[in-house]
Amino acid sequence: MSISIRDLPLEEYVLLGNAACPGCPASIGLRMLGKALEGKFILVVPACCTSIIQGPYPKSAIKVPVLNIAFAASAATASGVRAGFEALGKKDVQVVVWAGDGGTADIGIQALSGVAERNENIIYICYDNEAYMNTGIQRSSATPYGAWTTTTWRGKTEFKKNVPLIMAAHRVPYVATASIAYPLDFIAKVRKAAKINGFKYIHLHAPCPTGWRFPSDKTIEVGRLAVLTGMWVLYEIENGVFRLTGVSKSLLEKSKRKPIEDYLKLQGRFSKISDEQIDLLKRHVDELWMEYKHLMESG
Amino acid sequence: MGVSKVLTGNYAVANAVKLAKVQVVAAYPITPQTTIVEKIAQFVENGELNAKYIRVESEHSAMAACIGASATGARAFTATSSHGLMYMSEVVWWAGLGKFPMVMAVVTRALAPPWSIWSEHNDVLAHRDCGWIIFFAEDNQEVLDLTIQSFRISEDEKVLQPVMVTLDAFILSHTATPVSIPNQSDVDGYLPPPGSRRLPFILDPANPLTHGNLAYPRNFMEFRYEIERSMGNARKIIVEAGREYGKITGRYYDSLIEPYRCSDADAVLICMGSSAGDAKDAVDILRDEGYNIGAVKLRTIRPFPYEELRDICRNKRIIGVVDRDYSFGFGGIMHGEIKSALSDLHIPVQGFIAGLGGRDIRVEDFIQMGRKLYHIIESGVGEFPPIWINLRREVFR
Repeated sequence: MSISIRDLPLEEYVLLGNAACPGCPASIGLRMLGKALEGKFILVVPACCTSIIQGPYPKSAIKVPVLNIAFAASAATASGVRAGFEALGKKDVQVVVWAGDGGTADIGIQALSGVAERNENIIYICYDNEAYMNTGIQRSSATPYGAWTTTTWRGKTEFKKNVPLIMAAHRVPYVATASIAYPLDFIAKVRKAAKINGFKYIHLHAPCPTGWRFPSDKTIEVGRLAVLTGMWVLYEIENGVFRLTGVSKSLLEKSKRKPIEDYLKLQGRFSKISDEQIDLLKRHVDELWMEYKHLMESG
Repeated sequence: MGVSKVLTGNYAVANAVKLAKVQVVAAYPITPQTTIVEKIAQFVENGELNAKYIRVESEHSAMAACIGASATGARAFTATSSHGLMYMSEVVWWAGLGKFPMVMAVVTRALAPPWSIWSEHNDVLAHRDCGWIIFFAEDNQEVLDLTIQSFRISEDEKVLQPVMVTLDAFILSHTATPVSIPNQSDVDGYLPPPGSRRLPFILDPANPLTHGNLAYPRNFMEFRYEIERSMGNARKIIVEAGREYGKITGRYYDSLIEPYRCSDADAVLICMGSSAGDAKDAVDILRDEGYNIGAVKLRTIRPFPYEELRDICRNKRIIGVVDRDYSFGFGGIMHGEIKSALSDLHIPVQGFIAGLGGRDIRVEDFIQMGRKLYHIIESGVGEFPPIWINLRREVFR
């Protein structure tokens, strides 16, 4: 399914005057989400940057209904919204969770696992800026190895939790990864998810200039390098079948991937990373690709 | 007028939920609540109740799902107890502060450690301050009646707050007694049609509104005052709902408290929940012995029956408050609240701590408390620190 940027609605669902930082990837992702679903959805938002981005009462910078909810509760809340709509006979509304990596990979993972196991008919999107950005850049389980945060001053000593594969292990109809640097790939996945009945999970890589320490005009560039170096991989798992998508399709060969140093050197959070740590990170990335290769072949 | 069945308190709740045509139920098991959600699951699977039943993975998610359902305008219900209530606490607050109408049954149970499955009121009283209307039921009939009334109260546009109906573990939850069940058509006429609520916030893409976004200090206090106004309105709506309920059932509930033989009493014992019946029996026995005593059952603790209690207590010589709860380093929680409400009346208010962790509060215990009140009046010593009833003091020697 190929989508052209000319096919997207001109209408904006993230309005001017929102409270995002300059270069914010979450607001870029939200803008694409709005266009992908053409405003016909409900947004459930736990504590995350988007709690702030939507702007303060009595206004809102988001032109779809937003239900804010406690940090760990977004997935379960969305299942209640879906049940409410079904009870009322309203079936044509998409219910979308828009949560950060902390609210997904850490505090919200229990409720997320619950909705996945129950195969609730909702779309759950994790916009992954790889740390607790709203509280000031503390490490999450989605923070990559070696990254500085305000709770890992010498760099994180553990590797990034692979939430999409955890969700795939729930055998839900649709799991995908995406990047805000590849909008059409993301939009195609959102639109595909909207047509599938059951639980859909999309993990959206979202490079954060404030937290990753890069200039605010480099968000897309950093996002692209994450994919081109193989640090982030675009794929979807539809009914258990794994498929690389977009530019990642051509990166299965290690030699096609740019050196990960190209990605790391743009970011202040990796400024103190040692050569040994980079080697470990490279080995980790290679292992991930081996895993994806295996999934492709077995799928 | 309906039919009479022998029901446990938990099945009384389930039957009320069915009669109220609840549309979304989110459920997680915990003793001694579990048979409520088991029975409702059966109703749903048999087609007796047309509801979406979400079998969530925790109480936190149960309440979150009810909030989501309530935000669409659907009629939502859940039930819990003790640790379940504490685990969902964050979202219990969210429901109250966000003005999400719904009903939750709470079977009162002590918190651990040590583990206990028996009644104590600390679980509910830890949620006094979160914008929920809180009822305590005396018997299974009141459990059923309150649960039905609660949907009407919760969804009243002057209220729009969630409602907790609480029943004591085992004493009500698992004890079967005859319960009169109203006709479906009468309940249909009594409650608004399920899902008909529109105000103040319904999720609708055609009319996008944001609920719960950041409020700066210049806007925040008004949100809180709005809840207090709803609580104020609820005093009247609860009484109205109780009176209207009487018209379909013959059982009228027309006050936030239920006084028993109080009008000529010198002393009044105040309690709540399942022990109210024993307190009334004790009053009868003490009256035969010549004690001029009455009892008051608190039906709600939020909104707090401030005026009602002051009216009843105004000319009394002493008040006793029986708490099945405790605030460590302070005393009985309701004792503190009632003493504060009556402070300018200059009446001694004696606290009694009884029944913690399900220890029986027997009729003879209430008789002892009544006699103690008279002893205090006669000795003129004023009140004592809270008296722990049937505490096994030998343990501490």
